[in-house]
Amino acid sequence: MKAYVKETLTGFYSLLAGLGVTIRYFVKPIVTVQYPREKLDMSPRYRGHTEFLIDPETGSHRCNACENCARTCPSGVITVTGVKVPGTKKKRAVTYSIDYSLCSLCGLCVEVCPTHALKFSNEYRLAGYSRQDMIIDIMARLKAQQRALGLPEEVPPAPEAEAAAPEAAASGEAES
Amino acid sequence: MQFLLAEGARLGLSLIGVISLVAVNALFLIWMERKVSAHIQLRPGPMEVGFHGALQTIADALKLIGKELITPEDVDKLIYLLAPIVMFLPVLVSFLVIPFSPTLLIRDLNVGVLLIFAFSTLTVLAILMAGWASNNKYALLGAIRSVAQNVAYEIPLLLTAMSIIIMAGSFQPSVIVAQQGLVWNIFVQPLAFILFIICGTAETNRAPFDIPEAESELVAGFHTEYSGMRFAIFFLAEYTNMFIVSAVATIFFLGGWQGPFLPPVVWFLLKVYALIFLMMWFRWTFPRLRFDQLITFAWKILIPLSLVNLIVTAFVLKLVR
Repeated sequence: MKAYVKETLTGFYSLLAGLGVTIRYFVKPIVTVQYPREKLDMSPRYRGHTEFLIDPETGSHRCNACENCARTCPSGVITVTGVKVPGTKKKRAVTYSIDYSLCSLCGLCVEVCPTHALKFSNEYRLAGYSRQDMIIDIMARLKAQQRALGLPEEVPPAPEAEAAAPEAAASGEAES
Repeated sequence: MQFLLAEGARLGLSLIGVISLVAVNALFLIWMERKVSAHIQLRPGPMEVGFHGALQTIADALKLIGKELITPEDVDKLIYLLAPIVMFLPVLVSFLVIPFSPTLLIRDLNVGVLLIFAFSTLTVLAILMAGWASNNKYALLGAIRSVAQNVAYEIPLLLTAMSIIIMAGSFQPSVIVAQQGLVWNIFVQPLAFILFIICGTAETNRAPFDIPEAESELVAGFHTEYSGMRFAIFFLAEYTNMFIVSAVATIFFLGGWQGPFLPPVVWFLLKVYALIFLMMWFRWTFPRLRFDQLITFAWKILIPLSLVNLIVTAFVLKLVR
């Protein structure tokens, strides 16, 4: 009889304790993010695809088109083209694109870059309708970022052969 | 002649009122259940259709209306088709005697409480019919469980109701409400209130007593084979049963329509929906009981306690009077 009463009372208390837990959760704020309308900020350590680091001194990228990244890449994902900047001996990238559908996320391109021109982006919304959508033009991305920051847009140097017509290359559409 | 006409108009209006109340109540309760469950799990619940998903249930109902009514092979046709109707009709009858306010009630029967309990028991028959006629082992198992459970929980439900009825000295809902003018019965009979809510939850087959439709074991229990609007009618009846059980508990323990400032109907509905919230809160707190635990709980705890409660009430009343 004593055990019966005790069991009933402790059982009843445990039910009340359970109700207490759920009502506490009931009044807590909601954690759901209404995704297409709201987005989470990614952590700064999130490693998405690569993008150009914006050099605070020049306000542009540091890539000198050495193609170390393209050669290191185990999946052969990276395509870089560059030209000699007229008047100097330095090369500078004109196009830089990666085929992200083949990328194995090893990060060797960032490691190997001698000028530290690459970093990982925070981009995570990468769904697309075709394989073509997976080819990410990093140069175009840099230009968009420069526009967003109010910096002057990167103007790819004209190839020396076409140096006679600089306005054609300066129009911003570098064979994408 | 004039009397007949007046009565006919009264009945017709009441029927329209009750059916619209049933429909609106179910629409609201389904939305409320989804919201309550969502907030307990830190989710927002339906948000897309209407303000905070308020029209979500209407969209779901439209979808259900568009669904094909499948009648599986080898079902017992007549019983299969009758079961949703038998489930739904007694639910409507119970509204005849529920006093929403001193004036807003259809019939002030002097056996009103008996009528509600008698007709709400028919739900068990409907569940048994649905489970048996479906020719499906899960449906049959669900129906068997439902009958065993409802028979077990009917007894303490009626015993606790009895202790209130002998206090009021009447089966008439309006008298029971009027008797609680000063002190609500929940303060006089707290144990009876707890027992009544537990049994009411079991009678409506809601979690943690939802083993007749335990989806992890029995697909959907007795309504496994029902689709489209036939399923929707079972759903409608389930939510209306919740309303009725809460309304009866309000009449018995929370003083019915009584309360200061607000109109009586508002008080009544407030108390009913507070009790429904309590039942939803139960559902998202307690895991489902195993069948033997369920029966043990009824026979070893609820029935002795309600018997003791009844006897003590009777003794005290005898001493006081």
